Amino acid sequence: MAAPLKLLYFAWVRERIGVGAEELAVEGPVTLEALLGALRARSPGHAAALAEAGCLRAAINGEMAGWEAIARPGDEVALFPPMTGG
Amino acid sequence: MFEVRVEAKAFDPGAEHARLAALAPRVGAVVLFTGQVRDEPLVLEHWPGVAERWIERRLAAARGRWPLLGAILVHRFGPLAVGAPIVLVATAAAHRADAFAAAEYLMDFLKSEAPFWKRRPDGRWVEPRAEDKRARMRWETA
Repeated sequence: MAAPLKLLYFAWVRERIGVGAEELAVEGPVTLEALLGALRARSPGHAAALAEAGCLRAAINGEMAGWEAIARPGDEVALFPPMTGG
Repeated sequence: MFEVRVEAKAFDPGAEHARLAALAPRVGAVVLFTGQVRDEPLVLEHWPGVAERWIERRLAAARGRWPLLGAILVHRFGPLAVGAPIVLVATAAAHRADAFAAAEYLMDFLKSEAPFWKRRPDGRWVEPRAEDKRARMRWETA
């Protein structure tokens, strides 16, 4: 069986989903776009947090990635709002 | 001396300035910027480990563009009161133009591309500003 994806959430994505980290079982490689679709079906909180890809940013294994990027079993995928540092 | 710190505790701008100024005799210019909390208290969330790594990488890029002799970048996280310092960018070079440009470049990165998020006391999260994105984009062509 393939290793699950490790998911990290920050800021209002974390708040709406209700957890900062969780795992998702995957059969094989998935695009981040497909991953978003799968996650939205998990709960109303997920659906609310992940409704609009345009309002979100993503990283795979600690590096920024576009929605077409591919996450593989065992990868760490982070989903978060646009950053507001400084 | 090149240093990146992501920490909860407050920093002392005077002490950081002194460390760069001490890089005599080659340093002729030290530029130091601090950002502080305005209007209402904030809570700064960050991505531990990754924040440091992304800032280090951007500092390396800055050193490739300008002949810096030193730089100190500090970004705080956690609850911060109005007036509290949030961020410090200090650069040292032989001449002021390089120190100013590198400090602005690094600060523009910290505003929109370092993994920090600001939450207001009422629970709303600060929205990204188009102006900050524009400020960062200008370095792509410069």
